[in-house]
Amino acid sequence: MDVRRLGLVPYAEALRLQEDLVGRKRAGEVPDTLILLRHPHVITLGSSSDPSHVLLGEQERSALGVELFEAGRGGDVTYHGPGQLVGYPIFDLKPDRKDLHAYLRDLEEVLIRVAADFRVRARRREGLTGVWTDRGKLAAIGVRVSSQWIASHGVALNVSADLGHFDAIVPCGLDGEAVTSLEGELGRPVDMEEVADALAVRFADVFDCEILVA
Amino acid sequence: MARIEVPMPQMGESIAEGTVSKWLKQVGEAVDRDEPILEISTDKVDAEIPSPAAGTLVEITVQEGETVEVGTVVAFIDPEGGAPAASAPAGAAEAEEQPEPVEEAPEPEPAEHDDVPAPEPVPAAAAPRAVSQAAPPFVPPKAGSDASPATAGTAGTDSEDERLRQRSTPVVRKIAEEHGIDIGSVPGTGYAGRVTKQDILSFIEGGAPAPAAATTSPKPASPAPAPAARTSAATAAPDDLWATFYGEVRHPEYPVRAADRVEPMDKIRRLTAEHMVLAKRVAPHVHTMAEIDFSAIDRIRAASKPRWASQGARVSYTAFVAWAVSRVLREFPTVNAAVSGDNVIYRGNVNVGMAVDLDPGLIVPVIHDADHLGLVGIGNKMADLATRARNRKLVPSEVQGATFSITNPGVLGTLVGMPIIPKGTSAILLTGAIEKRVVVVTDPTTGTDSTAVRKRAYFCLGYDHRIVDGADAARFLASLKETLESFPEDA
Repeated sequence: MDVRRLGLVPYAEALRLQEDLVGRKRAGEVPDTLILLRHPHVITLGSSSDPSHVLLGEQERSALGVELFEAGRGGDVTYHGPGQLVGYPIFDLKPDRKDLHAYLRDLEEVLIRVAADFRVRARRREGLTGVWTDRGKLAAIGVRVSSQWIASHGVALNVSADLGHFDAIVPCGLDGEAVTSLEGELGRPVDMEEVADALAVRFADVFDCEILVA
Repeated sequence: MARIEVPMPQMGESIAEGTVSKWLKQVGEAVDRDEPILEISTDKVDAEIPSPAAGTLVEITVQEGETVEVGTVVAFIDPEGGAPAASAPAGAAEAEEQPEPVEEAPEPEPAEHDDVPAPEPVPAAAAPRAVSQAAPPFVPPKAGSDASPATAGTAGTDSEDERLRQRSTPVVRKIAEEHGIDIGSVPGTGYAGRVTKQDILSFIEGGAPAPAAATTSPKPASPAPAPAARTSAATAAPDDLWATFYGEVRHPEYPVRAADRVEPMDKIRRLTAEHMVLAKRVAPHVHTMAEIDFSAIDRIRAASKPRWASQGARVSYTAFVAWAVSRVLREFPTVNAAVSGDNVIYRGNVNVGMAVDLDPGLIVPVIHDADHLGLVGIGNKMADLATRARNRKLVPSEVQGATFSITNPGVLGTLVGMPIIPKGTSAILLTGAIEKRVVVVTDPTTGTDSTAVRKRAYFCLGYDHRIVDGADAARFLASLKETLESFPEDA
């Protein structure tokens, strides 16, 4: 597994990068790749999005500099911002991971282990996709599987997210649901790079692959 | 006009339905084989569905926004309306693109290990050994229309390929592909016998790929034909008596008395009988026992119960045992091995077979690469395999390839027993009932002895004394005991 750490990347650019990598992955030109990055404030719509879940008006939105995108992934409306660590695994699910539920559960497992690395107890919720603590939703998941089982999009883990931004949306369609972050759980600052390290390691762990060193 | 159906694909074992989110092609449009024609969504996942064949999209039967069950036809493709590639058999294409739902139970051959080149069981219809050796490996007949049988025929080698591919990184796979090398023929020095980048590079530098069968590499031989070839090589020399000893099982016959009932053994019973006789007479069995304290495991179980419950995880005592066994096995290569003719095959994977009582009968599903799974992963896998074993829903690969077995008659109250080592492996662990016992414990600081009530169980390791020495077995059990009694919190 190749890990690419890209820092702060506009959403549109990350979409293009993912599309490109999906094509190259399908052609066998690149290894399984995990992209780690952060997005500037952005609201994205998944395929099952209910537009009424975006509570922020058009003008308010542009005044705040928050972009809006249709993401081409599964799931509902979600927010991304600089305090969030985003992981996009561009993985070939063939031959042994051709099960979307299993894949989602594996992504949750990665997030639960990362949280545990920071001594935060996170868990799944029956019938839902994502990871929660007692205080609220810690990480969101939305996935796309392109032709020939190439996965893209992925996970968004709230690290130091300014949680006020979530007021602009109803996170993933769950009305009135609380949102939390690693810092919110721990009551202390958390180093984004450390979280990125943990995320890469836990991905390799759960997906049983080695991190390639260039 | 032969129209090809496009069904809602099965995108996962527990996924029963899908929603058509977007048609990427409209009726009348030409499509290539594998070109995405629609997008579906299930839960949090969007997926592109490729066309099973080249042709023209002639009918859409499920509109955007509609949710239908897996298998429902969502569209039809007319191959004649399309490009010349029309002859691509639809069946084959579908098989490639869609995970096949697990169906038929395999013939449950208790603890049969197909990839073991060692003595092959002679079918009960007992053809002479020489004949069965001369016979080529079983190849499914190629019927006139090539679609389905051909697909079925390749399934076996595919899974073997996949198994090998899983054991290497994508980079290694790519290098192998570029150089036309079968990864299976490269000796791996990585974790669990994986082929590392260094391995394959030095393999390439070292010249042409060495023929896999000629080496005594401990790695599993390359796919299909190898086992047969090696079997004949290994047993070509021995005299008839020896061949008979290894090969045929003859059960003596006895007179029937008036009140008795006589029934022919069914296939499972016959195979089991044959396997047991062969296994017992070929391997000199020795058994060693130890008593294991479950206090540490009980503490972890109690502490983790709420978390496991919220994850829906099922972690039994046996899962702890399987976890510990899979870790300890890596340090004891002879316990994870097989005697094969004059060779010893040291297995590169740790595949733990778990005997499941079918009452009547028994099957041994296999947790492949158990040493790569965490505790919860092993627990869930065991629960899944056991459930599907009882529902006769295992696929053949799930009962093959065990390198070590665990049997747990302890659940039925057995204190201790002496198990038979499954053919083609070198050891088996029997776990007895876990019960509360009064034991003497010594306070580590004061050295004072006192009695305490502890949960304990007897474990018995049966091992093939040809390759496992008594001291090895003792060390294995000691290491297993230590692992279980100071079980890591983060397993």
